[in-house]
Amino acid sequence: MEERTIPRAEQAAARLQGLYRQYGYLPYKMSKFEEYDLYVRNKSFLNSPDILTFTDLDGKLMALKPDVTLSILKNSRPAPALQKVFYQENVYRTGRDTRNFREILQMGLECIGPLDGYAEAEVLEVAVRSLDALAPDWLLDISHLGVVNGLLAALGLPAEDERRLLEALGEKNTPRLTELCLALGVADAARERLCRLALLYDSPAAALPQLEALAAGSDTAMRAVEELRALCELLTPWADRLRLDFSLVSDRQYYSGVVFRGFVPGLPVAVLSGGRYDHLLARMGRRGGAVGFAVYLDQLDRLAPQERPAVDVLLLYGPDTPAAGLAAEARRLRAEGKTVRVEREAPEGLTFGQVCRMGG
Amino acid sequence: MEWINVALPKGRLGEKVYRSFEAAGYACPGLLEDNRRLIFENAENGMRYFWVKPSDVAIYVEQGAADIGVAGKDILLEYRPDVYELADLGVGRCRMCVAGKKEFYDDRSRTLRVATKFARIARDYYAGQSREIDIIHLNGSIELAPILGLSDVIVDIVETGRTLVENGLEVKEEIVPISARLIANKVGYKFKNERLRQLCRALEEQRKG
Repeated sequence: MEERTIPRAEQAAARLQGLYRQYGYLPYKMSKFEEYDLYVRNKSFLNSPDILTFTDLDGKLMALKPDVTLSILKNSRPAPALQKVFYQENVYRTGRDTRNFREILQMGLECIGPLDGYAEAEVLEVAVRSLDALAPDWLLDISHLGVVNGLLAALGLPAEDERRLLEALGEKNTPRLTELCLALGVADAARERLCRLALLYDSPAAALPQLEALAAGSDTAMRAVEELRALCELLTPWADRLRLDFSLVSDRQYYSGVVFRGFVPGLPVAVLSGGRYDHLLARMGRRGGAVGFAVYLDQLDRLAPQERPAVDVLLLYGPDTPAAGLAAEARRLRAEGKTVRVEREAPEGLTFGQVCRMGG
Repeated sequence: MEWINVALPKGRLGEKVYRSFEAAGYACPGLLEDNRRLIFENAENGMRYFWVKPSDVAIYVEQGAADIGVAGKDILLEYRPDVYELADLGVGRCRMCVAGKKEFYDDRSRTLRVATKFARIARDYYAGQSREIDIIHLNGSIELAPILGLSDVIVDIVETGRTLVENGLEVKEEIVPISARLIANKVGYKFKNERLRQLCRALEEQRKG
């Protein structure tokens, strides 16, 4: 079998573009700036809260895009057909622990409009194939907010308590879940269900029957399980790389259904992240559905093999070497398809296939 | 077999936790004897342990250098690493407390000065009471602060309370109980899921044992 290595960010971007075009998605280009207001209204949708701002010539506060999805949704128009786009943009945000801004190359894909089961599954299929294009080994975790929402709604707790339960669920922290449930007076059976949901981590075939038992009794949760089942059926060719994981809880203000994250071994964070965000669209005063994902290409450089930069030929020359002859020799070598570096002294840190010397 | 990388906190707590790993069938010979080496491997069971500073365990795990690790709840509350918290190991029990001089009177009309290593825990605790505080960040000998008038109270870990008593201080309020937790890197947990779950089960059985 062909040995597959992990591509660097730019190579990966080229591969993914080809893939997205194959599915008929169109490239979407936008300006680097947006009005700051757009992000303030949807601050918790962003990965990091910091936004790089500046004042425009007419005094308007502008921001360098920290995110692309918001811009695409804002500019989408209601239409009977789906809008299928992909983008490759630089975004500007801070890391979790670093207090400075970075330019990050991000790729992503959005499908907006009257969504149905097929359209949603297609986006997940493209996500799966994106991961496949990035790394030989990967996993896609899938969750559905309907399951969690259904189980939590049945408890009838105030929002703050729900938030604490969700936090523990996100950590797969069953001791904490148990402690909270006991403090909040949650029934034993419901507590047991939450703990089992937190620890559930399996391929769809193994997880769905367990999930069905957990969701029984809540219509919302059952509907979500049915949606997941239909979705996973359409993704059967990759079934062994899919995992259902309900500790994956994205912000419920924006996300409305299925959410997913893609992982490759060796990277401590997700390399792909997406979901169904009808609520975000609704917050912009729009009806219909939206599903999409982003690929964090900058992460890949942490995995790509480190190579010393190599040049085919190092052409060394002395103080008396005629420049015209030197240039002609270099041209001749390049015409043979070789990369040629012309220097008086060999540079450090580079490897050369061949070293030639002209003159003294 | 792929390695399971475990970050253990240097010190008594780490040794105690390792013994329960050992008893659960995840031994690594030499780990407790050789006190200069930092990394220990056992090719037979695929376990690789390393000793790190207790407050760094969460960083090793969050960044994926370790698949799992053992960290105090105090560290997890203070640094909020993005990790799974899989079990309460029930060892290293103590309490995060507010302590002050015996004669200290809490004047609510003033901004409270709090000396602590755990700025975030202190801030969250007092924010929950809608209380404005000044944090004085210290790295050790926190008990000195109220004695010298550097702060009104301290927020710190209390194990037996002896140090407090010997310095004329007492616990005023308990913030949260602390114990050692088993944490896991979110991605490592996925790719080595079966073995890590097995390890968790074995540890739990051993704990209940």
